[in-house]
Amino acid sequence: MYRIIKIIFFDILKNKIVLAYTLILALLSWSSFGLEDNAAKGLLTILNVILFTVPLVSILFATIYLYNSSEFIELLLSQPIKRKKIWLSLFIGLSLSMVLAFFIGAGIPLLINAPGIVGIMMIIVGCLISVIFVSLAFLSSILTRDKAKGIGIAIMNWLYFALLFDGMVLFLLYQLSDYPIEKAMVAVTALSPIDLARIQILLHLDVSAMLGYTGAIFKDFFGTTTGLIMSFLFLCFWFFFPFYISLNKFKSKDL
Amino acid sequence: MKNTLFLFLFLFLFSPLYIQANVIEVGASKPVQSIKKAIAIAKVDDTILVHNGLYKEGNIVIDKKIVFIGKDFPILDGQKKYEVLSIKADSVIVEGLKIINSGYGTLEDPCGIKVYNRKNIVIQNNILENNFFGIYIQNGKNCIVKENKIRAYGKQEQLIGNGIHCWKSDSLQISANTISGHRDGIYFEFVTNSVIWRNISIMNVRYGLHFMFSNDDAYISNIFKNNGAGVAVMFTKRVKMFNNFFEENWGDSAYGLLLKEISDSYIIGNKFDKNTTGIHMEGTSRILVEKNGFKANGWGMKIQASCMDNEIKNNNFIGNTFDIATNGNLVLNTFNSNYWDKYEGYDLDKNGIGDVPFHPLSLFAVITENNPSAMLLFRSFMITLLDKSEKILPSITPDNFIDKTPLMHSLTL
Repeated sequence: MYRIIKIIFFDILKNKIVLAYTLILALLSWSSFGLEDNAAKGLLTILNVILFTVPLVSILFATIYLYNSSEFIELLLSQPIKRKKIWLSLFIGLSLSMVLAFFIGAGIPLLINAPGIVGIMMIIVGCLISVIFVSLAFLSSILTRDKAKGIGIAIMNWLYFALLFDGMVLFLLYQLSDYPIEKAMVAVTALSPIDLARIQILLHLDVSAMLGYTGAIFKDFFGTTTGLIMSFLFLCFWFFFPFYISLNKFKSKDL
Repeated sequence: MKNTLFLFLFLFLFSPLYIQANVIEVGASKPVQSIKKAIAIAKVDDTILVHNGLYKEGNIVIDKKIVFIGKDFPILDGQKKYEVLSIKADSVIVEGLKIINSGYGTLEDPCGIKVYNRKNIVIQNNILENNFFGIYIQNGKNCIVKENKIRAYGKQEQLIGNGIHCWKSDSLQISANTISGHRDGIYFEFVTNSVIWRNISIMNVRYGLHFMFSNDDAYISNIFKNNGAGVAVMFTKRVKMFNNFFEENWGDSAYGLLLKEISDSYIIGNKFDKNTTGIHMEGTSRILVEKNGFKANGWGMKIQASCMDNEIKNNNFIGNTFDIATNGNLVLNTFNSNYWDKYEGYDLDKNGIGDVPFHPLSLFAVITENNPSAMLLFRSFMITLLDKSEKILPSITPDNFIDKTPLMHSLTL
């Protein structure tokens, strides 16, 4: 298994796209810290990168990579290796490269320019988001054999979590504004990994505002150790669950 | 000329005979062992010097003009039953005592030190610990409360009194006191022409400073930090707030500075750091807010639609989540020449003033004001998009809510 991971990992590195992604992330991060006079604004730029660019690149790249390596997968299947091992190695190889790209591109400037809890939190959350969207890519690509359809599903997934979901939440908030929905809203955030990630960072970035009004409710939930563990458990669930479904499908799939 | 000289000489030589002021020493090894006895035998203008020790004498009443001084902070213990020191004479000086454990009562507010309807009292350099009320000035005039350290360990609002409580007084000077753990650090009600200067009021259960119906006062260079609800100034005219620090007042209804029904006042040179809300204004009019720094607050200023003719100029707004919020469409206040770190305009003629006006009110500030739960979506990409389009074409936010001359660089304050 280790050898398959290694092969995949180096194959991705040879591909150069991940290198370019790393470079672009680094460029964005360094310039956002360099151009703005206060570190908080640089953090905001990177927050947007985490919530927007990282999911998009992770899910698209992983989906396309999976489709393109279908022959390689078939070749591996002809060997006496368990299907589970192959699929897991692919997942680990892809996740590892995306996480590494994020860490080198955005993590290092974060550690240098904004050391402390916010920076570390952002790195952890960014890595988790990378893995989650790789996992979603696995799900998208296993659902259909048609490449165009698979990539389409991946893009839809990304659009849903990055844009649509928040729009729907806003709509719901307005429709139900007469009811005490604050607590329910906490539960709703668990339905989107991007929202979970965003709120975890917000609690550190905008701590003063999060203590006012309903912010206090979120702070009471997410800010406590239990809340922190809960939201990280949810994030872990978000990368485990789609991958688990895809793994089950892959095991019994007629390739 | 000669006569005057003689007169001075005469006064100088013989005055001790006429102003006969004795020092009565109180202490375990002194002739007088009880403070109450010392007060009983003291004559007007005498000094009572209390030596170090523990005195449990119940309620001590000072009913004549004396100087009451402690040496090495003798402890006056109220045993949680009595008011410790009651001042019922004019021109008393109280200094250098450690007063602890006053009683608790909701009807008559037992205090560490209480002044009853007197004037020219000086209370300085005392330590007050674990009292219900710390220092209480009731209907006083020309009193000075200086350099006292007042500490209590209140948990609940109902079970603890105020640090320095002033009621219906005039011309007070409250300076350089340190107060913590009381309900309100400093409380002013119907107090006029007074000054609160260089006090430190931290970690009180409710307000660092609570100010009501107190016209023509000034508070200058105080530090209000980490209080349950910040500072409240209400129903007052002509109050001056200069160079104070309002820091880390965090919570649902905590404000760096809460203004309610204030008029003709000045807020100049203050620093608001890391509060949930820097300034909350309600029903205020004709206030000048100038040269203040708002930094890392949740909301820099909340200006309710009931405010009018306030002028907000030359302030720095840096790193606040929201710079300004309001609850209506009516804008009767002016914003001029402030520095906003969220300003994205340009300055072609390089005169330091941005060429396009700035809308300090963001769409999301309006959304959260109407629907607080929306805070959940803050900094989401969706919201950022909406915010950007709102900045270009205001539809929900009032379009006259603008700073026409935003500064390009922050002011050095």
